[in-house]
Amino acid sequence: MSEDSAGTSLAQGLICPAPHVPDDRVQLGHGSGGKLSAALLRERFLPHLGNETLAELDDGATVPVAPHRLVISTDTFVVSPLEYPGGNIGSLSVHGTLNDVSMMGAEPRYLTAGFVLEEGLPFAVLDRVTAAMAEAARAASVPVIAGDTKVVERGKADGLYLCTTGVGELSDGFRPAAHRARPGDAVLVSGPIGRHGIAVMAAREGLRFEVEVTSDAATLHPLVRTLRDRVGRAVHTLRDPTRGGVASALNEIAVAAGVGIVLEDNAFPIPEPVAAACAVLGLDPLYVANEGIFVAFVEAAVADDAVDALKRHPLGAGAARVGTTVAEHPGLVVLKTGFGGSRVVDMLPGDQLPRIC
Amino acid sequence: MKYLSEYHDAAIARRLVDEIASASSRRHVLMEVCGGQTHTIVRQGLDELLRDAVEMIHGPGCPVCVTPLEQMDRALHLAARPDVIFTSFGDMLRVPGSTTDLFGVRARGGEVRVVYSPLDALEIARLHPDREVVFFAVGFETTAPANAMAVLQARARRVPNFSMLVSHVTVPPAMVAILEAPDSRVEGFLAAGHVCTVMGWTEYEPLAARYRVPIVVTGFEPIDILEGVLMAVRQLEQGRHEVENEYVRSVRRDGNRAARAAVARVFTLVDRNWRGIGPIPNSGLALRQEFAAFDAERKFRLSDIRADEPNVCRAGEVLRGQLKPPQCPAFGRECIPEHPLGAPMVSYEGACAAYHNYRRHRAASGRHV
Repeated sequence: MSEDSAGTSLAQGLICPAPHVPDDRVQLGHGSGGKLSAALLRERFLPHLGNETLAELDDGATVPVAPHRLVISTDTFVVSPLEYPGGNIGSLSVHGTLNDVSMMGAEPRYLTAGFVLEEGLPFAVLDRVTAAMAEAARAASVPVIAGDTKVVERGKADGLYLCTTGVGELSDGFRPAAHRARPGDAVLVSGPIGRHGIAVMAAREGLRFEVEVTSDAATLHPLVRTLRDRVGRAVHTLRDPTRGGVASALNEIAVAAGVGIVLEDNAFPIPEPVAAACAVLGLDPLYVANEGIFVAFVEAAVADDAVDALKRHPLGAGAARVGTTVAEHPGLVVLKTGFGGSRVVDMLPGDQLPRIC
Repeated sequence: MKYLSEYHDAAIARRLVDEIASASSRRHVLMEVCGGQTHTIVRQGLDELLRDAVEMIHGPGCPVCVTPLEQMDRALHLAARPDVIFTSFGDMLRVPGSTTDLFGVRARGGEVRVVYSPLDALEIARLHPDREVVFFAVGFETTAPANAMAVLQARARRVPNFSMLVSHVTVPPAMVAILEAPDSRVEGFLAAGHVCTVMGWTEYEPLAARYRVPIVVTGFEPIDILEGVLMAVRQLEQGRHEVENEYVRSVRRDGNRAARAAVARVFTLVDRNWRGIGPIPNSGLALRQEFAAFDAERKFRLSDIRADEPNVCRAGEVLRGQLKPPQCPAFGRECIPEHPLGAPMVSYEGACAAYHNYRRHRAASGRHV
């Protein structure tokens, strides 16, 4: 929209000073997991590549390969720096993709990996990345069964990029999906929020805090299995809140299921160093990335059971109920403040921006 | 970081709200000056808790929002130069200039880097002696001392390829502009705690006396703000108009003398345009002549880049506290955070963005915002 049309389309001929920014090319915000990412998908990819399976917009695709039903999910990793407290891009590429498969309710079986290496990358770094990848895959009991490598000129990649694809097998009757969330469901998180994003940001920006924050990255399917074994089909939705954080994941679910979500302030487990780092940087932990927790929507009747089951597992020790799904305000996530007020927890347009003061 | 929980205590908040209600014989109109306070108020719904006793008007204290269009255009011009590494705090990157924003410049090949301190920008300049490194010095008195230190260090360490595009503004002249406006309804102010941490509050004393308004130096946590409101209400009820300090854990009457000295050493007062408000005399800081070598405006001869602020603009009414964001016909329709028409929709601390981000469920459920 031009400045003129923006001005005249408003009542009383009023004009605000800021014209629309034309968006005719990719910006970093398109990779943030927020509204710009959603727009990129909606306006640039789905019109060309859309089909029934892709249109589900879940973490992975479910496909029949008789006599099984498989889940296939693919993910690309571009983290900077490549290594940070608690992991590196290699372990992340295993955890991230396997978790997407697990969130669909499947047991991960196989992984493939594609590497884009930049000319000049020290072998020492590459070795640490592949070692961490192998270690994470071994711990998950999922082998890497195919791979590919390309090398690009110096300056054409940020050290290395990784793309992994995970294949998982669905068992009968367990089909969590974003659109299955129902009014009345309890909303759970499986652990403390914000660790991965703060750990990476601190490593990237050279920020030091009194207590080091380490990434929470972990393979979640053992924890999903625990939850499934205890409450089974009462689990309606699972999602790992990676980039864009818990807030973006919940917004996606609210839209997909056509429900409202009401969150309780103070219910979220936030590690004190994460809260402190967020306070200093002017960030909201609800929007900070996680790689080792999921959000779960379960029938209210089994909510306590589900939290109990999660807490008994080492990966779920910090699990908590954080909210409820409602029929009101479909598509909106609302947080009840400790003071009796309430506010919308929206999706961000792009990346969270540290504030001036 | 212990205060994080103590200053969010719901029981103390309820007690303060009750005290404010019982102290008020009528509804008072207070302005919180700082965008950080606006953010807390709207995010926590404090204005709704206080609705019967106090109307909160949101002041012009969001540095992102008031940075003039002209200065944004100069930033965009510099950032697009191939010889420049342009450095800025993160929240300036989405502020629209006349044609694009800093993210847009970056997508077209400009080198724009987010930094957390002007000293980081100085370090980038030291590491890249073949490039010009410009830091976008935006903010109120709070960020001015660190920026002054960066200039002093650049001179001491002889980093000739470092410069600053300065768009600093100061709070007291804006408060005067609000009080002098014929349609002002403001009876008292919550002054910005972090500005006063640097500057102290002596410069507010003549304002309180001359305009007969209570001014309470206030912090940013919910309990701080409720305490500040209670202190202002008590003054109004008792017919007092003094400067009081709620933010005692951070602010002294003289402020931070070393920081003030650094600011005075490096900067001088100039007239400055405020986006949405217009020119305010002596309301800005610019580098003194002896630091001209570090002044990007002079170094890159930017004075030819001019942009007129449209004089009909509702953002100005919002920033002057005469219009609540949802009363603007563009709010939430043509004007949203992804496509801001006015600067207060850009920054998270902007009043329009705060209402849009936190209050939309009221519209969805049919309740008046």
